Amino acid sequence: MAEWVEACAVDDVDEEDVIRFDHGGRTFAIYRSPEDAFFATDGFCTHEKAHLADGLVMDDIIECPKHNGRFNYKTGQANGAPVCVNLKTYPVKVEAGKVMIDIG
Amino acid sequence: MTTAKKRDYSLVGESTRLAIETGLASAEWYHTDVPRKTMKELMQRSDGPAIRDTIIWIVAILGSAAGIVWFWGTWWIVPFLFVYGVLYGSSSDSRWHECGHGTAFRTRWMNDVVYHIASFMLMRNPVQWRWSHARHHTDTIIVGRDAEIAVMRPPDLIKAALAFTGILDFRYSLPTLVRQAFGTLSDDEKSYIPEMEQHKAVIAARWHMVVYAATIAVAIALRSWIPLVLIGLPRLYGTWHMVLTGLLQHIGLADNVTDHRLNTRTVYMNPVSRFIYWNMNYHVEHHMFPMVPYHALPKLHELIKHDLPEPNPSMWHAYREVWPVLLRQLKYEDYYLKRELPPTAKPYRGEFHDLDITAAAAE
Ligand code: FES
Repeated sequence: MAEWVEACAVDDVDEEDVIRFDHGGRTFAIYRSPEDAFFATDGFCTHEKAHLADGLVMDDIIECPKHNGRFNYKTGQANGAPVCVNLKTYPVKVEAGKVMIDIG
Repeated sequence: MTTAKKRDYSLVGESTRLAIETGLASAEWYHTDVPRKTMKELMQRSDGPAIRDTIIWIVAILGSAAGIVWFWGTWWIVPFLFVYGVLYGSSSDSRWHECGHGTAFRTRWMNDVVYHIASFMLMRNPVQWRWSHARHHTDTIIVGRDAEIAVMRPPDLIKAALAFTGILDFRYSLPTLVRQAFGTLSDDEKSYIPEMEQHKAVIAARWHMVVYAATIAVAIALRSWIPLVLIGLPRLYGTWHMVLTGLLQHIGLADNVTDHRLNTRTVYMNPVSRFIYWNMNYHVEHHMFPMVPYHALPKLHELIKHDLPEPNPSMWHAYREVWPVLLRQLKYEDYYLKRELPPTAKPYRGEFHDLDITAAAAE
């Protein structure tokens, strides 16, 4: 079942960047792509426990800060060692300047 | 960590169990505060610097190889062997390293191509070493966890000296590749290569073996040593610079701590060594922020040096400083070189290493 929550304001995330969003004991990563679209994934890398929000966004890739593992943050696809398990993604919508994600 | 017992460096033994139990394994490490905006700038990737350096690297490799072939049988070959050996047997290590992190080039395939070529030059299984290096970053110099501890305690000084000749590494690397090519991974290797990746390590080892077999075949067909002097043997005669620079990364410093300022060393080096080593002399900076490409490390160093121990001004200084520590470790393996922090730095954290510092550090 859908459960939309407000993650941040649109301006909280720079273009081609990512921020961390904590909610209900869970951690998410909110991305703003170079084309100015928003995306959301789990906040932790699937390899080890590292915050993806400390990583680097390049085009549609998020690179993990710990061992440089790369995911496509739009699809969650893990792009090879040391990340082998895909990242969970969440639906996102923007309403009245707010970024909402469906964590349901 | 001060331990009465001998250290067990296997990755599936007593030290491993202890590291996991005490929370030393996969721990949270200290990072100097750097504003996100600044860090983002430092992390930016570009192909330019690495393409430039790689062109210089390839031209120098091919040029010195041509010199070896041209002057074969005369003494004029010596300088060409010297240059080729260091490029093949030493500079490949930093290329392997930086491209393994994916930070050298922005374009992924470029990192991958150089990574595989450099892995071959080093006789390193590219799959195995990618995983062992990830572990090295998760658990830097944590005994029983880190697969890349170059000098264990108590230090084996003969082994360390022989490392400069490449003999021991050669004796380890080649049989390892042969074993892996036959489909066998050791327990240590299995402890850090995930199961789903293990078959890739076997395939990679087989490819390396194919190239070595082809090289030997060409050498026999031509009745010449030249193919082997160019492929394989430089791992012996050109390794010394990799060892000279690489040993300084962690030797004589603390183990079982979670602050790279205590177990890792930054050393100022001459520009030639820095080219060969791709700025890995800024090693504390690299371990704290592995996302920062090699060409941005000097900038990062300037930015955070107030929070780090003073770098050694030269390799000579670093070796002179560490030599008495190694001698003392022969008797007291818990002894280590304590890195003093400047007054501007945040103090070392307590949870794992306050006691160790007072108990075992240098007087
Ligand atoms: S923790 Fe993300 S790549 Fe290892």
